[in-house]
Amino acid sequence: MRRGVIAAIALAAILAAAAGATARSAAHAGTKADTITVWVGWSARVLAGFKKVVAEYDSKHPDVNVKVVGGINDDKITAAIRSGNVPDVVSSFTSANVGSYCKSGAWVDLKPFLSKDHLDVNVFPKTSQYYTQYNGKRCALPFLADVYGFYYNKKMFQAAGIKSPPKTMSELTADAKKLTKRNQNGSLKVVGYNPFLGFYAGNAPDLSAYAPLFGAKYTDAAGHSALSKDPAWSRLLKWQKNLVDWYGYKNLQKFDAGAADEFSASHAFEIGKVAMMIDGEWRVAFIQAEHPGLAYATAPAPVDDAKKNLYGAGYVNGTIIGIPKGVKHKDQAWALLKYLTFNAHPLAQFSNLIRNVPTTKQSLNSKEIKPDAHFKTFLTIFANPNSKTTPITAAGNAYGTLIQAFAVKWQAGHAGDLHAGLQKLDKQIDAQLKQAQAGGVP
Amino acid sequence: MTETAVTAGAPFTAERRRARHRAAWRRRRLVLMLMSPWIVGFCVFFGYPLVMSVYLSFTHYDLLSSPKWIGWANYKYLFTQDPQVGPAVRNTLWLILIMVPLQVLFAFGVATMVARAKRGVGFFRTVFYLPALAPPVAATMAFVYLLNPATGPVNVILGHLGINGPLWFQSPQWSKPSLTLLSIWGIGNLMIIFLAAILDAPQQLYESAELDGAGPIQRMRWVTLPTISPVILFSVVISVIAAMQYFTQAYVAANIASGQASQAGDQTVNNLGYPEGSTLFYPVLLYQHGFRFFNMGYASALSVLLLIVAFTVTVLIIRNSRRWVHYAGAVK
Repeated sequence: MRRGVIAAIALAAILAAAAGATARSAAHAGTKADTITVWVGWSARVLAGFKKVVAEYDSKHPDVNVKVVGGINDDKITAAIRSGNVPDVVSSFTSANVGSYCKSGAWVDLKPFLSKDHLDVNVFPKTSQYYTQYNGKRCALPFLADVYGFYYNKKMFQAAGIKSPPKTMSELTADAKKLTKRNQNGSLKVVGYNPFLGFYAGNAPDLSAYAPLFGAKYTDAAGHSALSKDPAWSRLLKWQKNLVDWYGYKNLQKFDAGAADEFSASHAFEIGKVAMMIDGEWRVAFIQAEHPGLAYATAPAPVDDAKKNLYGAGYVNGTIIGIPKGVKHKDQAWALLKYLTFNAHPLAQFSNLIRNVPTTKQSLNSKEIKPDAHFKTFLTIFANPNSKTTPITAAGNAYGTLIQAFAVKWQAGHAGDLHAGLQKLDKQIDAQLKQAQAGGVP
Repeated sequence: MTETAVTAGAPFTAERRRARHRAAWRRRRLVLMLMSPWIVGFCVFFGYPLVMSVYLSFTHYDLLSSPKWIGWANYKYLFTQDPQVGPAVRNTLWLILIMVPLQVLFAFGVATMVARAKRGVGFFRTVFYLPALAPPVAATMAFVYLLNPATGPVNVILGHLGINGPLWFQSPQWSKPSLTLLSIWGIGNLMIIFLAAILDAPQQLYESAELDGAGPIQRMRWVTLPTISPVILFSVVISVIAAMQYFTQAYVAANIASGQASQAGDQTVNNLGYPEGSTLFYPVLLYQHGFRFFNMGYASALSVLLLIVAFTVTVLIIRNSRRWVHYAGAVK
């Protein structure tokens, strides 16, 4: 009897092994592996890096061939979803659009997949959890983040006798004045810190990069716009305008016009025309590639003097990735999505290639992340609980356009009374959001 | 006998009538067949989108889910709450009132000069027409480069002459004049139309006017202008419509002048209207709502309003033109 059982088990094992081998060999022999398509926004060098990450997945999963298409933006994603001819996985740089994707069901709800695989989104920091859902509906996952921090030129600091990077806005202002050099005709030769809204990503005119540094809240408890109610916004705008006025609005305009494109090798900070700036972590890779000899350092950005406890926080945003409605290979798409977003290895691998911040808590401490003192700053800022992103709304970042319209008028001195202007802005944002939510009609 | 003739003639007449009817139907069918490409194109690319735009303007439509009927809510927001509509309308009006007259005047002036040229006619025609062949995106990029306040050759030359050049595309006061310069540079098409009309003016009218002692200005006033008045009307109408649809140059100039063109793929960055909303024209606002904010219902309301305004303005111009446009051979 015992011998019979052993024989039966042995036979079963042999059959199972044979079946497995047959399946593997069939897959390896190319018997109809499903091709899944991934759409990403990256191009050129970054796209090549992403393809490397995917190639590793591809080699380990003979049941699928992954095809990567780069240079995709949200217009193309929307058009594909509307036509019904969709890729299997889509990603977007515009996390602000997650409201539209989740609310409409254009990107499928990932909750069933997460539940089935017992995956917990708490592996991502709260900020990344926030910009990948809308009203609790999770239709996206974070795939590397952009984190804003402070860059300063060490040589210029030394020459000006500045020992450490500024930690508050008043310190930043004082250092900016020390580091600024003017030409004989009064025009700006070197700008200590350029606060002009619109000058590079750190001065996004919608104030997004500054808001977390002042702890400025966009909405009140009732969900209404609170820019006039939270004094942090007034402090932010007054600080920014005072510094602009110190330089001279027209001087800065002219300086900015002459500055090279922010993604060129002649970036004003990289060539020593600007001594300090707020920028994303990607700049580390750009400097490494374009000006490896630049003596610079990174730190968390200075914060509002009234909220020194915020030091260490910063603005966070990132690429979102999901599965579009009408996908053909849902399970394979999910398997790839899970691999890219939850697994520390591809996150660290891709982070090393493009120097964006990996998005799980585990990957932040991964031994695979290439050590780099400049980059490490951004990993710390990302993990800081006070780091924030912009609100996710049904109107995407439309409210940002209204903030921007007001802020650029304010810095030009055309906005009149600040508090009254912010009150009006609040009303405009509330009306806009109401309109975006079906005009308020239920 | 008469009765017989009538009864014999009746089937004959009916037969002829049927034959005529068949021939007419064949002709109609042929006309329809020949016109069908246009009819299909008109229905598919104009009729259907027009009807859909009107319908969508009464809905909340985010491009991704089904439209939801919301009545007049989009129009209410458009007329009473959207803070960007006012500036966009004012910017567009600026184009109609300043840019269009300058375009027409400049095209007419150049055409007049080229028509009078004795030598090198072909060369001048080519030189003035050539800019019209440049793609709008490339032309705008070139202008933003030329007019860069700090590094552009125009301000460098002005600097050598002791003039502190303006900030051009970087200044809210100068951005629209800069776009106007760009549009004046590219008046080749209008110039060719004017040139054809001027060259087509009957010579005997000029000879009669000259015999009556009319000088060059009087000949221009009483012969050239009345003769080419239908062409002026045409130019004004198409230029006004083009101004109401002004988009490409404003979009490109704002993106490049703001120094963030390389981030165009990142739609979080919103440079439209740069600087200070001075290039936020009505079609740019429409695009922003429709394709940046997924608010196609509202964008449709904006487009319906644009259609109504464009139609009304065109009708007004044409009605007003009866006083100053003279058609050759027209009977009053």
